[in-house]
Amino acid sequence: MAETVKATRKRKPGRPPKAAAGATAANDLPARDDLVAMYRDMLLIRRFEEKAGQLYGMGQIGGFCHLYIGQEAVVVGLQSVSKPGDTVVTSYRDHGHMLACGMDADGVMAELTGREGGYSRGKGGSMHMFSREKNFFGGHGIVGAQVPIGCGLAFSHKYRDEANVCLTYLGDGAVNQGQVYESFNMAALWDLPVLFVIENNQYGMGTAVTRAAAGRSLADRGAAYGIPGRQVDGMDVLAVRTAGAEALDHCRSGKGPYILEMKTYRYRGHSMSDPAKYRTREEVDAMRKQHDPIDQLRDVLHKQDVTDDTLKGIDADVKAIVLRATEFAQTSPEPDPSELFTDILLPVGGRTAAGEV
Amino acid sequence: MAIEILMPALSPTMEEGTLAKWLVDEGAEVRSGDVIAEIETDKATMEVEALDDGTIGRLLVAAGTEGVKVNVPIAVLLEEGEAAGAVPAPAAAASGEAPVAGAAPAAEAAVAAPPVVAMAETVTAEPVATGAMAEITVREALRDAMAEEMRSDDRVFVMGEEVAEYQGAYKVTQGLLAEFGDRRVIDTPITEQGFAGLGVGAAFGDLRPVIEFMTFNFAMQAIDQIINSAAKTLYMSGGQMGCPIVFRGPNGAASRVAAQHSQCYASWYAHCPGLKVVSPWSAADAKGLLKAAIRDPNPVIFLENEVMYGQSFDVPTDDDWVVPIGRANIVREGSDVTITAFSIMVGRALEAADKLAEQGISAEVIDLRTIRPLDTETIVNSVKKTSRLITCEEGFPFAGVGSEIAMQVMEQAFDWLDAPVARVTGKDVPMPYAANLESMALPQIDDIVATALATCEGFRGA
Repeated sequence: MAETVKATRKRKPGRPPKAAAGATAANDLPARDDLVAMYRDMLLIRRFEEKAGQLYGMGQIGGFCHLYIGQEAVVVGLQSVSKPGDTVVTSYRDHGHMLACGMDADGVMAELTGREGGYSRGKGGSMHMFSREKNFFGGHGIVGAQVPIGCGLAFSHKYRDEANVCLTYLGDGAVNQGQVYESFNMAALWDLPVLFVIENNQYGMGTAVTRAAAGRSLADRGAAYGIPGRQVDGMDVLAVRTAGAEALDHCRSGKGPYILEMKTYRYRGHSMSDPAKYRTREEVDAMRKQHDPIDQLRDVLHKQDVTDDTLKGIDADVKAIVLRATEFAQTSPEPDPSELFTDILLPVGGRTAAGEV
Repeated sequence: MAIEILMPALSPTMEEGTLAKWLVDEGAEVRSGDVIAEIETDKATMEVEALDDGTIGRLLVAAGTEGVKVNVPIAVLLEEGEAAGAVPAPAAAASGEAPVAGAAPAAEAAVAAPPVVAMAETVTAEPVATGAMAEITVREALRDAMAEEMRSDDRVFVMGEEVAEYQGAYKVTQGLLAEFGDRRVIDTPITEQGFAGLGVGAAFGDLRPVIEFMTFNFAMQAIDQIINSAAKTLYMSGGQMGCPIVFRGPNGAASRVAAQHSQCYASWYAHCPGLKVVSPWSAADAKGLLKAAIRDPNPVIFLENEVMYGQSFDVPTDDDWVVPIGRANIVREGSDVTITAFSIMVGRALEAADKLAEQGISAEVIDLRTIRPLDTETIVNSVKKTSRLITCEEGFPFAGVGSEIAMQVMEQAFDWLDAPVARVTGKDVPMPYAANLESMALPQIDDIVATALATCEGFRGA
């Protein structure tokens, strides 16, 4: 358990994360192209989510809608060091994960508006989207339920002797669900190649993590099972990337599961209908001004002599992608009424979703 | 181009709100994410954030205005280089219905489909045994089914409590570990929700898990994964995420194990679209249906019965004895009354039919074999012949399988019925421990006989 960071006993919500583990020395920065790509990916998520919030406000997106704004560095940093064939599963705050997995913004936005062109053809919505092609396995609406599923995906990698890892994302709220510990136990028992990424955004809906989670740190939650864990500044994409690469190597090399607790923050409420009165405006502003993942990486890019013109170009590209996705999501037709009764059971002797039966 | 900032909806049900306060003035520079206003609804005060960078050109709705409809423009944001003069005059604020993009749900009423989707595929024909028969137990038949499917498909694996080294809590998996090794026959901790969910993930990952619950009573721990993850994901993914998994184990009452260990879950699982539910009686069906379940691309709930495990039947020795899911079987032909049953109740129904024959009543006994998709065609055709129907099950009466069959027959064969459909079920009580009370709580042969006599009373020979 040498790798477990001993965190302080009491964490205050909203306190800036410590850049303890995974901090990147300036001399081993990723290649400039990688930095630019991460900047673009984070910006795309930010702009996409802002637009989703706007469309929700206009009544074009219904139901629950959980935005990822503020947490972009977590998924972008980790996916930047994942390998082809690695699988991803997460909870319902999933738009950022889908974009980071390379899913098409048009299809994601059109699912949010409940249209035929959506990834689930309008039948899943914000919380239930999938792409077998991109190895993204959802998008699950029940808190914690994706964790055993992630272990099952990892089990299938191991069963087929693939050198792949399942990145299983969960929130600080989910870590108090019993099935998470059932999963930790099995993953450790069977050395499953699964990386548990705890996105600790400080609040499970309106309850601060300090009011919900006993113990020292969420990174320690696997200690009883011998699962190494570490805390990472989840607002610093470079720290995330470095820690992610090490953790993925661990899982990939047959040493079993690993836990990364990403100290992060969501700027918006839990969902669109959450006024977020359980925290102060000052707390949110301090995170945005001092720890914004996109601003931080922009500063790094400036020091790497990436020009303003280049950044403006990225800005324009991202805006264009979001604009196109919005137009697609508004013009794609609603699903045909016949869709009501499709996709309930697959035909026997036909094709499964994954291939031939 | 100037951007209109609209009154946002902040919850699925919000239609209007009060614009409580502006936090910016006209001419203020804002960045995406800056809070520009506060609005109030009956539930909460919420902050409105700018969604683009720019300059506030004009505030269209005054602070304090109540009843501002969702989607009405409340301010205009100017982008870099735009003059305030370019801003169009404010529309009449807080009035009229703001247009909501998106097609009206006009097509909703036009959908004509049966309330219960009966069959998702054409069921293949009943197999005909061509070769020799061998007498084996239901237990051996289930084991042989798994072993044969594991031999032919490396993706198939068996997982559950005590399935490997212990050879199965009820010895159903006897011998599998020796043949297939611990990669494919896996003892789990006592962790039903965990290994059920892991199985679902493995099925998403293109394996073919057979998940054994020591009994289905313990599957209650895992029912969220079975329903929310296994059954619904194909639909929620628009057809991308098939979940080819079998959940199997003993269901219903065993003997003297009381309420928490004695319950039939057939109607629970049959209630939910996205699952198939199978519950065989004979060894031949147990083998053929389990092979079909393992080959099925959908999640299948396979309900066995502990009391049946040791009973022997003739089973075809054909290598490829597969019984299609979704077909009932007429196990005894008759003309006066139809009796449906599944699992252990089939044997009791057959014995009841013998007793009824002694009293001159010819009963037709249908082994449902599959609860969902239910073979209503076989039931309805039988009712058209006998005009009377009794359903048998061990489960509770309320919202049971018999309730659904009665409804289906009323919808499809009402005019053929000469008597009300009658149910023989477990009593509407938690299972008692005492031998006499347990016997009273479970449906017995004499209950079926008495119900059949009552159903036929006054109608015989009519």
